[in-house]
Amino acid sequence: MMECNKLKRVDIIFCRKGFDLFEVVEKALSRDPDDLISDMIDSGLKGRGGAGFPTGLKWKLARNEEQDEKYVVCNADEGEPGTFKDREILDQVPEKVFGGMAICAYTIGAKKGYIYLRGEYNFLIPKLTEKLEIFNRSLKQIGLDFTIRLRSGSGAYICGEESALFESMEGKRGEPRNKPPYPTVQGYLGKPTVINNVETLVYAFMISRIGPEAFKEMGTKDSRGSKVFSISGDTPRPGIYELELGMTVEDFVNEFGDGDTKAVQVGGASGGCIPRKDFPNTIIGYEGIPTGGSMMLFNSSRSMYNVLHNYLEFFTEESCGQCTPCRVGCQQLLKGIESVKKGDRPPSYLRELVKLAKTMKIAAKCGLGQSVANPFVSIIKNYKEEIIH
Amino acid sequence: MTDVKKIINRTIREYGKERQALMPMLQAIVQVKNHLDDGDMIAVAEALNLSAAEVFGTASFYTFLDTEPRGKYIIRVCKTISCHMAGKDEIIKVLEKHLRIKVGQTTRDNMFSLLTVNCLGWCHKGPVMLVNDDVYPELTPKSAIEIIESYISRK
Repeated sequence: MMECNKLKRVDIIFCRKGFDLFEVVEKALSRDPDDLISDMIDSGLKGRGGAGFPTGLKWKLARNEEQDEKYVVCNADEGEPGTFKDREILDQVPEKVFGGMAICAYTIGAKKGYIYLRGEYNFLIPKLTEKLEIFNRSLKQIGLDFTIRLRSGSGAYICGEESALFESMEGKRGEPRNKPPYPTVQGYLGKPTVINNVETLVYAFMISRIGPEAFKEMGTKDSRGSKVFSISGDTPRPGIYELELGMTVEDFVNEFGDGDTKAVQVGGASGGCIPRKDFPNTIIGYEGIPTGGSMMLFNSSRSMYNVLHNYLEFFTEESCGQCTPCRVGCQQLLKGIESVKKGDRPPSYLRELVKLAKTMKIAAKCGLGQSVANPFVSIIKNYKEEIIH
Repeated sequence: MTDVKKIINRTIREYGKERQALMPMLQAIVQVKNHLDDGDMIAVAEALNLSAAEVFGTASFYTFLDTEPRGKYIIRVCKTISCHMAGKDEIIKVLEKHLRIKVGQTTRDNMFSLLTVNCLGWCHKGPVMLVNDDVYPELTPKSAIEIIESYISRK
């Protein structure tokens, strides 16, 4: 039996009513860090950037490291095509992001925090700088030795990958590192680091306000709570919506589709493409199709060849070039579908390309190269005719 | 003291002389000059005790750290899927025509460079472009031209 929910709107992330930000932080600081961590584990919160690592466990691993210097980093390098929720969160409720960072810093014992903001969002810098100054001052007043600073990216998608982000902060090319060691052991400057997505930090903050039970009540066994979705493409209602996890793609399309939806790309360019026939039996969540929040709808007027071509151009440009499977693989997949389209290669060549994509999934060094197979295989499998003709 | 030297000194005061200061330093120079030339990168290398190759290696990795001259205003039109579906080709076409340059080029008066970029994070409000750090979502061919004109009258 498939456990799923009906589509339901939720108001946690952007909600500002009914509490004082600093009271929440102060209350958290009066508790034992281990209790805060067990609350976080108990809530079932998983990373909202896309990878879905359990947040409480991440904090615990960093707490267990015996080092004087530790860091909290907020990953605001939101570059996944179709994702724009972190920008809105940082614009609307930045203090809740800072609050989540402060609570994390207290639990793991960090004195310094950084927000790595993508260069495309530079327009947010003046506002964030001003609010950070006030926040940092208030933290001092309540006696927490923790300061948050802002760092900017410069237009590289790959820097959203956590170890590439550290490299960038360290003044280097944004090339992902080998893992392990993971960031909780060796992150920024080789020190234990918790790196969380913007949205994850707000949920962490809100869980310490509403308690793990209230959060856990929502969602399904594998996908607790709610999530902010960025909805774009062929929809009459594009925008940002916070929804309970665990609905089917069918439910989602009934609410946001234009009546002619043929496919939904879940999780951005690096996610998977769900065709109409799979809408009813695909759950949006970790038990079905996971997502960092990007939901792009395509109606029957769209050529899936053009969609895949656009994604592959994206990956070819954004591949850091460090490892061969990704650098050469992205180029060859792009060239490959072009040559099949032109008729220079027979349709059977697509089978070779799928093999290449699957090889990249195994052999590429980081999530970028590994995930190119997601859109590639799902689009080729379901829309072969559109790729060939 | 040249502008770049001043920027370097200011960045060191704020971020120190460790390599972590490199990105903020390069970003601060680009903020003022819109690109990094060889002299800038050598000066940065000396200030942070790095080799020029390390500085160039870092700078050339990042789309926004241009190592070739650009205009005073850099227009970056998003070309990723949602903006593509929302009609970014038409926006690029009118901008090329209006500015009489192709994507990748700079106007002869060095006022505008026209570039395309990957996802800018405004997929629900495409097509979108950046002019330096300023965002312009929900573009139409008409509004795109008006925005460019507003920068021309600003000079």
